[in-house]
Amino acid sequence: MRKATLFAGLIAGFSTLALNAAQAVEIEYWQYVFDTRVKAMDQLIENFEKANPDITVKQTTFPYADYQTRVIAAKMGGQGPDVMQLFYGWLDKFVAGGLLQPLPTDAFPHDKIEADFFPIVSAMKRGDDYYGLPTAVRSLALFYNKKLFTEAGLDPANPPKTLDEFVAAAEKTTKRDASGNLIVAGSTLDMGGQDHQWWREVLVRQFGGEPYTDNDRKVAYNTEAGEKALKFYTDLQLEKKIGQAGFMDEGQAAFRAGMAAMTIDGTFRLGAFKSIEGFEWGVTELPANADGVRSNYASYFANGISATTSGEKLEASKKFLTYISSPEAMDVWLKTVGELPARRAAAMTDANLADPIYGPFLKGLEYARTTMFVDEAAQRQNTIDMANRILLEGQSVKDSLAQGAAAEQAIIDAAAPK
Amino acid sequence: MSVTADRQGAAASRPDGTFWNRRSMRTKRLVWVWSFLALPILFYSVIRFYPTIEAFWLSLTNWDLLKPPQFIGFANYEKLFADPQFWKVFKNTFAYLLVGTPISLLLSFVIAYHLDRVRFMHGLIRGLYFLPYLTTAAAMAWVWRWFYQPAPIGVINNALGTIGIPQQPFIRSVDQALPSIMVTAIWAGLGFQIIIFMAGLRSIPNTFYEAARIDGLGEWAILRKITLPLLKPTTVFLVVFSSIGFLRIFDQVYNMTTNDPGGPLGSTKPLVLMIYQTAFSSYAMGYAAAQTVVLFTILLCVSLLQLWILREKK
Repeated sequence: MRKATLFAGLIAGFSTLALNAAQAVEIEYWQYVFDTRVKAMDQLIENFEKANPDITVKQTTFPYADYQTRVIAAKMGGQGPDVMQLFYGWLDKFVAGGLLQPLPTDAFPHDKIEADFFPIVSAMKRGDDYYGLPTAVRSLALFYNKKLFTEAGLDPANPPKTLDEFVAAAEKTTKRDASGNLIVAGSTLDMGGQDHQWWREVLVRQFGGEPYTDNDRKVAYNTEAGEKALKFYTDLQLEKKIGQAGFMDEGQAAFRAGMAAMTIDGTFRLGAFKSIEGFEWGVTELPANADGVRSNYASYFANGISATTSGEKLEASKKFLTYISSPEAMDVWLKTVGELPARRAAAMTDANLADPIYGPFLKGLEYARTTMFVDEAAQRQNTIDMANRILLEGQSVKDSLAQGAAAEQAIIDAAAPK
Repeated sequence: MSVTADRQGAAASRPDGTFWNRRSMRTKRLVWVWSFLALPILFYSVIRFYPTIEAFWLSLTNWDLLKPPQFIGFANYEKLFADPQFWKVFKNTFAYLLVGTPISLLLSFVIAYHLDRVRFMHGLIRGLYFLPYLTTAAAMAWVWRWFYQPAPIGVINNALGTIGIPQQPFIRSVDQALPSIMVTAIWAGLGFQIIIFMAGLRSIPNTFYEAARIDGLGEWAILRKITLPLLKPTTVFLVVFSSIGFLRIFDQVYNMTTNDPGGPLGSTKPLVLMIYQTAFSSYAMGYAAAQTVVLFTILLCVSLLQLWILREKK
């Protein structure tokens, strides 16, 4: 008897399961592996499935190094995600390869996108279409070590506001041993880290130039302004001697170890720096120039819908994308991952702006720019080499800049669709 | 049901009784041998030869993973040979080969030669030499990367500092970076070469040495007339093996320079790293395939040349 009841129960259970399966639409979401991002997405999926019981979302992740290749290979194999995460800088490649479909305007009207999101979302627009929406964005700020500031007689509550103050503070905090070896750097110098973004989008503009024109398809920094900006950067090591490229291997490692008083880095570094125990650190906006000109570099991962998704899966994907770019999702993302909300209203709350850590990053977002890379790795490498030619080979700033500009133009031209 | 299917399958695959029985024992054995050999041959064709041939074809296309490959003739090769970066990388690759191989072979022979005579803690010393070979290249490269840092943390610079030698930039210098990385690569491969050399030394019959000593030959003459000639097969193997290793060097370079792969200013970049970057960071698969073909050709020529130079003279 008991067996029969159990059996009946099982049958009933299976049948409801089967019924659910018949009704439910399953969509697949892809992103790369990064512990907090995966956790945040798990939570978002749970919330979404609760609100939409007829949709299930399956999250698949890959190591960052493989991620692009996987997405592209999956397209060739004819089976990929319905909704996928992508770096804004990959968009050209993904659109050219037919991986993404334009966001349907019924669910994502352009005027709404442009009114609600930060202007950098325009990097997801090609022609008249948007191809993705970010949940969170990242910007740069100046991290400083309060302990080293105090030791050098600086006020830790009053970090540098201008480039001159930045250099002065760095000079005061730099320490060398008797034979002149650097022991504490005033500031990290790491072109391979975030300094190339700082140079490109911030310093070049602050010295009166423009990094690119023509939608970032023409290199425009080979000017006097660009030269001044590059000289300012390389002089930090060569003349002011407040740091050294390669010191402690990486800028962020030097700062973490308490061996650099300042470093320029992004929101994504907050997680790693939060575990620092040896000293207190603070964050402030990137220094302005003498005329008060500020700039910043923002970047983001966006979510887009696969070109092959259609029918009820497309409807489900639209709902899911709407949810993961909603203010609620952005709040979850900020709390779990530490990245800034991509919607102005969700980001610029009084609480966020008053936050000593998020505040400076959010202020930076207001005037941030986004470089439209064609090949981020190659363009970054080019800027690293430009600085290294001056630092290691003694090439003149003017020549190195001219060589770098020509090389970067060649990279951009090579990537242009033929 | 599956049982009957199996039986039927077996029956069908077994050659016709009379036909099979009429074959000679020799033929039967050959068929058996080849049916076993076919497996690895098939396996190799699928995972080795087919991709190799495919790479030759891809090198003539502009494949970027997204669009179907289009035939573009020799454009990739023209681009490659006109690229100054390629020639720099080419030079680096040969620097690894031409400096790395002789030094590592000489070192490992000297060590093996002497280790062969050591009885005291022989096993332990041999183990210590072999240990780096067992260590993951990535882990080792990272340790060395920190060794090479400037003074407060870099062990080597600290040591130099205490004896009054100025700081060296090592991997932060365009001149010193390649030798610095080469040292770690040589060190990593040393253990393996020592073991092979020792095995070679042990296989030379003792009677030869005894006869030579009775004839009054000095140690140097014994080494030149007996040890080295009889060690030739071992040497040939190690020369080819280590050359291929240096031509394909990647792990050490990549892991010691991840911030600026192959840098500074491309001064340490070997061909394999260039191929990796072209393929998996710029996604220019056709161009990367052309570089692979060039590497393949170099490997082939170098190996054939070495085998020819070191051939048995009849």
